[in-house]
Amino acid sequence: MSINIDPNICIGCGRCHDVCPGTLIKINEQKKAYIKYPKDCWGCTSCIKECPVHAIQFFLGEDIGGKGSKVHTEKVNGLIRWIVEFPDGSVKHIDIDPKESNKY
Amino acid sequence: MKIERIKTDLLIIGGGTAGCYAAITAAQNELQDAAGSKGANLKILIVEKANIKRSGCLAAGVNALNAYITEGHTPKDYVEYAKKDADGIVREDLLYSISEKFNDVTAHLEKLGLVILKDKDGKYVTRGNRNIKINGENIKPILANAVKKLPNVTVLNHVNIFDFSVHNNKIDGAYGFGIENDTFYAIEADAVIIATGGAAGLYRPNNPGFSRHKMWYPPFNTGAGYAMGIRHGAEMTTFEMRFIALRCKDTIAPTGTLAQGVGAKQVNSLGEVYETKYGISTSERVYGTVAENLEGRGPCYLRTIGISAEQEESLLKAYLNMAPSQTIRWLENETPSKANVEIEGTEPYIVGGHTASGYWVDTKRATTIEGLYAAGDVAGGCPQKYVTGALAEGEIAAKSAVEYIKASSALRLAQGPDARFKVAEPAEATIKDAEIARHFAEIESYLSQKNSLYTTEQLEEAMQFVMDEYAGGITTGYGYTEKQLNIAKEKIDEIESLTDKLSATDLQEVMYIYELKERLTVCKSVIAHLATRHETRWHSFAENLDYPEKDNIHWRKYVNSRLVNGEIKTFTRELTAEGQKNYEHQH
Ligand SMILES: Cc1cc2nc3c(=O)[nH]c(=O)nc-3n(C[C@H](O)[C@H](O)[C@H](O)COP(=O)(O)OP(=O)(O)OC[C@H]3O[C@@H](n4cnc5c(N)ncnc54)[C@H](O)[C@@H]3O)c2cc1C
Ligand code: SF4
Ligand code: SF4
Repeated sequence: MSINIDPNICIGCGRCHDVCPGTLIKINEQKKAYIKYPKDCWGCTSCIKECPVHAIQFFLGEDIGGKGSKVHTEKVNGLIRWIVEFPDGSVKHIDIDPKESNKY
Repeated sequence: MKIERIKTDLLIIGGGTAGCYAAITAAQNELQDAAGSKGANLKILIVEKANIKRSGCLAAGVNALNAYITEGHTPKDYVEYAKKDADGIVREDLLYSISEKFNDVTAHLEKLGLVILKDKDGKYVTRGNRNIKINGENIKPILANAVKKLPNVTVLNHVNIFDFSVHNNKIDGAYGFGIENDTFYAIEADAVIIATGGAAGLYRPNNPGFSRHKMWYPPFNTGAGYAMGIRHGAEMTTFEMRFIALRCKDTIAPTGTLAQGVGAKQVNSLGEVYETKYGISTSERVYGTVAENLEGRGPCYLRTIGISAEQEESLLKAYLNMAPSQTIRWLENETPSKANVEIEGTEPYIVGGHTASGYWVDTKRATTIEGLYAAGDVAGGCPQKYVTGALAEGEIAAKSAVEYIKASSALRLAQGPDARFKVAEPAEATIKDAEIARHFAEIESYLSQKNSLYTTEQLEEAMQFVMDEYAGGITTGYGYTEKQLNIAKEKIDEIESLTDKLSATDLQEVMYIYELKERLTVCKSVIAHLATRHETRWHSFAENLDYPEKDNIHWRKYVNSRLVNGEIKTFTRELTAEGQKNYEHQH
């Protein structure tokens, strides 16, 4: 389980670094975020929700059934949109209204 | 490394669920007082190893409030439920005190911004007898925001606490270091609340490779609170009642939402429902799954095939709000309406919010170290606490700590205005300087020594293998014998002796060394407790193969422990009386 940060998108704001519950993300000299300890990621997705430019995606390790899809969230009209990009290029959106409770 | 000295009135170690709520309670308590008579504002300091916005158990979000007194039920019902699930080994006074607060802390959470599902009459919608439905994705930012608004609370983020300062069994502060700002902190406080959560990563995890941290309990809760208390002689309880969660395979996502939400039953590979065979307590559900596997009827599943498209959509969303990897797993493979969800038991954790391991506290959450209070997963005797119980304990501990601070400052005033200064300070200051120097030198040695044969990671893995094979991990189906535990103890001691030689390149790596040492201390306590309870009361949680039966005649007792001359000594205590609502430490 880990995340992937795209240095071409990252603007170096440091918010992902601030919130990670394991302090696993660092900012390098080029002012780009990188995950220093990828094996230590808990998969909580806090960093992903925090990134203002959607530079961070998470993926499942192949040891736990990962097949190469990448996931991130965006805020769209007050909804949290989860965006899953599959390896074949197809994309799935799941919108969650933060004002709505879980059904289960 | 710089040295920074801080003085505060109340120090809260760990800004998680219980820690944040303790701060909120203490600050409000104090403000109300200040409006009345005396003005002095209490200084409250939270020290958190990560950042309170998303630290600890609540980082990813939670899916329900698991502990609530629903209509037609009473706190007593909750106490009875928790007691039955733990087969009697609980402290009723502690359970009562949280159960009576569940609904108030829930109402407060809603006021702070938590979304709770309501019916058209404005009543909370319940899930089963004790749960209410929420959108818990942002529960931690909500708590953190409430803390930020408090004028007299300071938060130190990214500072790891690694030792208490205790003199004559009285706490007067703690030591830590900033993992990114090259600073050593010596913090003095009149009272301390420990709220560092439980311990994960003691045993070899389900996915020991790349996804080793894809575990249920936060891998960053390393048992610091337990270890610091153990080393300073605090009494601990019930470390033998490990918590093993029944989880979705690979992602280790919770199963309750499937079982309670869409009514999915546990089935073996033949499609047989097996829960009726083993019982339905938390430990029996794990045990049944292990037993079915051992007897060749594995793997086991939660039967979800055939759920409706609408149910499936709701499940995909519910998991995104608490365990997003499960939703991704479904989307990348087969969705739950098409394939049953495989389940497995996790590695054992020590977590006082689910089972009963932790500090031995009185009803006020005072530990056996004067001035030290415990709340949340670090506090023992009170299982099935969950979020609302952690909040309730944060509140109780905060009120007790504030009361204690006021009583001791009144005492100091009575002794004359300068009493504290004249009597206490010069002596205390020298001890502190010497202690600071000792800790500082230890950290410096990790940073300077270069020739270590082993890395922290290697020793951590070695510890996890030992616990797995010799102290009842996944490999042995959670069972252990006395002979195995003896080997475990010996090997854990050996690994511990190697830690002094470890090296680190920065303070984050120094933190990893301290985390390893904390885990080793907790492992030793777990081993000692497992070896003491000569019965099997909770299958899987404490599966003693030398004593496979429950023994009510000898073991309806708490197993407690304390460090004596460097060794963990266990002893038993009688259960508190049925319906007892108050317990005080006997000195
Ligand atoms: C994945 C998961 C899902 C859950 N889902 C639910 C649910 O749906 N419903 C429910 O009611 N309950 C749920 N629970 C249980 C509940 O969340 C916990 O019991 C409760 O949050 C524990 O609170 P705590 O304050 O003891 O621990 P935490 O909230 O984990 O707080 C501990 C804090 O201490 C900090 N810390 C640790 N060591 C140090 C140190 N050395 N120095 C400084 N800081 C330190 C940590 O970073 C953390 O912030 C869940 C738990 C988990 C792990
Ligand atoms: S997913 Fe969570 S643990 Fe992993 S890097 Fe992001 S914030 Fe840290
Ligand atoms: S939050 Fe996003 S933009 Fe900011 S540092 Fe992290 S990756 Fe870069």
